Amino acid sequence: MKTLVWVEHDGGSVKDATLSAVTAASKLGEVHLLVAGQGVDAVAQAAAQIAGVGKVHVADDAAFAHALAENVAPLVVELMGHHDAFVAPATTSGKNIAPRVAALLDVMQISDILSVEGEDTFTRPIYAGNAIATVQTSDAKKVITVRTTAFEKAAATGGSGTVEAVAASGADKGVSTFVGSEIAANARPELTSAKVIVSGGRALGSGEKFRELIEPLADKLGAGVGASRAAVDAGFVPNDYQVGQTGKIVAPEVYVAVGISGAIQHLAGMKDSKIIVAINKDEDAPIFQVADIGLVGDLFKIVPELTEKL
Amino acid sequence: MKVLVPVKRVLDYNVKPRVKADGSGVDLSNVKMSMNPFDEIAVEEAIRLREGKNGGGVTEVIAVSVGEQKCTETLRTALAMGADRAILVQTDEKVEPLAVAKILKAIADEEGPSLVILGKQAIDDDNNQTGQMLAGLTGWGQGTFASKVELAPDSVTVTREVDGGLETEKLTLPAIVTTDLRLNEPRYASLPNIMKAKSKPLSNKTPADYGVDVTPRIKTLKVVEPGKRQAGVKVADVDELVNKLTVLGIRK
Repeated sequence: MKTLVWVEHDGGSVKDATLSAVTAASKLGEVHLLVAGQGVDAVAQAAAQIAGVGKVHVADDAAFAHALAENVAPLVVELMGHHDAFVAPATTSGKNIAPRVAALLDVMQISDILSVEGEDTFTRPIYAGNAIATVQTSDAKKVITVRTTAFEKAAATGGSGTVEAVAASGADKGVSTFVGSEIAANARPELTSAKVIVSGGRALGSGEKFRELIEPLADKLGAGVGASRAAVDAGFVPNDYQVGQTGKIVAPEVYVAVGISGAIQHLAGMKDSKIIVAINKDEDAPIFQVADIGLVGDLFKIVPELTEKL
Repeated sequence: MKVLVPVKRVLDYNVKPRVKADGSGVDLSNVKMSMNPFDEIAVEEAIRLREGKNGGGVTEVIAVSVGEQKCTETLRTALAMGADRAILVQTDEKVEPLAVAKILKAIADEEGPSLVILGKQAIDDDNNQTGQMLAGLTGWGQGTFASKVELAPDSVTVTREVDGGLETEKLTLPAIVTTDLRLNEPRYASLPNIMKAKSKPLSNKTPADYGVDVTPRIKTLKVVEPGKRQAGVKVADVDELVNKLTVLGIRK
């Protein structure tokens, strides 16, 4: 089976999410990549280095600069003429593009897979991760998004893919234009790839307290910083910090939940973490049912003391 | 202009799903069902646009649901919130996003809405597909994961929640928008409005009326509970916590 993988990139380098998608795709057969964007030579070269990659299709055009689904989907559909599966990481861009591709191919997409059980059989979480379904598709072409935390990353080097340009005439479908973006400045490790994450909840009370308590602890541990929906909705931190069913899905080595009660929507985003540490003053908080190490007490006392003693 | 708002009846978000012992699925008998939370946000946004907020120019809001007869309740909720009329596409089959998108495409062809606002995902199957698929089938622009929507006479500007921050796109009308959690705070339906909703028009259709085959493409072989986590330990104080972290090699 020939599989086309959507390469998630920032214009200069390949994002880690792609490497997980490559691992999932390699379980289906031959892996080809699609690099779409504007001025993406460096990305294409980097993509060709990924272990196990065959052809790297490169579509370089202004129409693809911001990965607008309206322009990218027809490009993918064209390439699907000689591929059997399209695989994208379940990032916001993968989730935006892949279903549009599936509809144009008249196939059902399989979202957010956790494992590949056979060439047409996969597992995926439903009901906020409270159930795992094994599903089998009857579609000839497959469109799949991959939960990146469920697959090891493919080695970023050691491959020898061949780079091939794709013609992009008429790529701008003219129904959408990119206006601008506001990317949150964050010097810490990216949440979805961080080994350690310190997350704060509503109990912190304010954005100042969040920064004052959570950030020094995160710095001590070299950790990424996350938050519950309550903390985001209360305006303590920007929404791209949110971990959960509707935010980011993370699975770090260590997840430290501070002042987070553990609603099912939050657990959906972090319960595959290797070790969960919970600090909460309510000893009946649901978070303690999944925490490996729990400490009941006042976070305003515990967190500074912990930061100090580490 | 018209706005179409598809809504789905799902297991209430506060209910912990129970997986059936025979592995055939999640037990939905005798549990509370509600409108998918993202769809409530979609209904709210459509009504705000009709009220003239965020642009305005909307004259009619049509709620649509695909599924069993009981989806009527979900549509009545949308009507009580302020939708003008509703369409139930009734079927007892479990309809996949692709088939829902095809039905919605047919309704869009018939009704000619300028905007279709959907939730970004349903909290039961967690697919996050229908809006994008409908956009693909209609060829319209898609503003997914919207946290802000501004409507103009011939375009809609959508601020989207993406990994890393926010992104803004301008789409030519007609267009598709899918809602993220922070788009708005949905209103509660007042009792008088719930009473009024009972007399608002609700038409009954079937997938066959739209010529859509709803046969599933994906077969669910089994549904199991996720692996249980080992019970953890509670520590008494910070020193003990630091010791544990040290033993586990977590200290930097």
